[in-house]
Amino acid sequence: MHELSMAMSIVELAEEEAERRGVQIDAVHLKLGALSGVVKDALLSCYEMACENTRLQGSRLVIEEVPVVIVCPSCRAQHALRSVQLFCCPECGTPCSEIVQGKELEVVALEIRECAPNPV
Amino acid sequence: MRPEPRLIEVRRNVLKQNDAVARSLRGRFRAAGVFVVSLVSSPGSGKTAFLEKTLTLLRPNYRVAALVGDLATENDALRLARSQAPVKQITTGTLCHLEAAMVQSALEGWDLNQLDFLFIENVGNLVCPSSYDLGEDLRLVLISVPEGEDKPLKYPTIFNSADVAVVTKVDLAVAVEFSWETAYNNIQAVRPGMPVLKLSAKTGEGIEEYLRFLAARLIELRQAAAV
Repeated sequence: MHELSMAMSIVELAEEEAERRGVQIDAVHLKLGALSGVVKDALLSCYEMACENTRLQGSRLVIEEVPVVIVCPSCRAQHALRSVQLFCCPECGTPCSEIVQGKELEVVALEIRECAPNPV
Repeated sequence: MRPEPRLIEVRRNVLKQNDAVARSLRGRFRAAGVFVVSLVSSPGSGKTAFLEKTLTLLRPNYRVAALVGDLATENDALRLARSQAPVKQITTGTLCHLEAAMVQSALEGWDLNQLDFLFIENVGNLVCPSSYDLGEDLRLVLISVPEGEDKPLKYPTIFNSADVAVVTKVDLAVAVEFSWETAYNNIQAVRPGMPVLKLSAKTGEGIEEYLRFLAARLIELRQAAAV
């Protein structure tokens, strides 16, 4: 179970961005590859925990799941795999080991609000 | 009135910190000319017996050392110490995997220039270690015969993070009706082209081929460094 430490890293880097830009963060958008080794649901529940008592408290984690995309050595085209149990071209059946997508674990965007100036 | 939210693009790898430490380790390993092999597998697949055998057999001809990750005990380090090679335990507490920074601190005080091979035994776990680069040159994923042939299909991610699969405890193949062909096909299904070794640390079957493989990789590494 390494999702908690992943969630803490996400919160940490989002906090850095919030501080640097002087904004409040409503949501963190994350790309999560099917081969990232991270389980979406576990990450979502850990995220809430990791946000507690930070400036990210109450924010959402929006996860975009990224399928594995391979390059077929026969037809040279890129294809999304139907299953991570079978690294074969879905068109021609050739075994494919060249992975071009699917290992992502990346914060790609933040939903922010400018911090309202304190009312005088 | 609250200001409207807006979306801003950032591109930040969550594992950036680990990857940066792993990169710096890899640079140190390269500079010292040491070939670094890590081992991942489920608990009980025979990593420690395999590593003890490896250290014992390599030691007459090579300078070898090992780091071994374990949740709580030092049993593995004590077993490996019987090989007479320098061994250091990394106790991870409740953490289910090794991270590059743990390897970095475990190496403090060791002169990498005095080594040919460094082995890193990860915590027994087929899930979490797959996400963490440790700066190794070669990652071996072990599956033992009693675990059954379908481990690759259940844990495709770890197989995709590894370079070579090692099927261990082949001396038990008949007793547990293990099908080598099925296991091999399953490995190739999740990682086409992956080299597969089969061996028994107990009987020594297949060990020679594996040691030759390691020796060849060390020569390759040093030739590449000399160019």
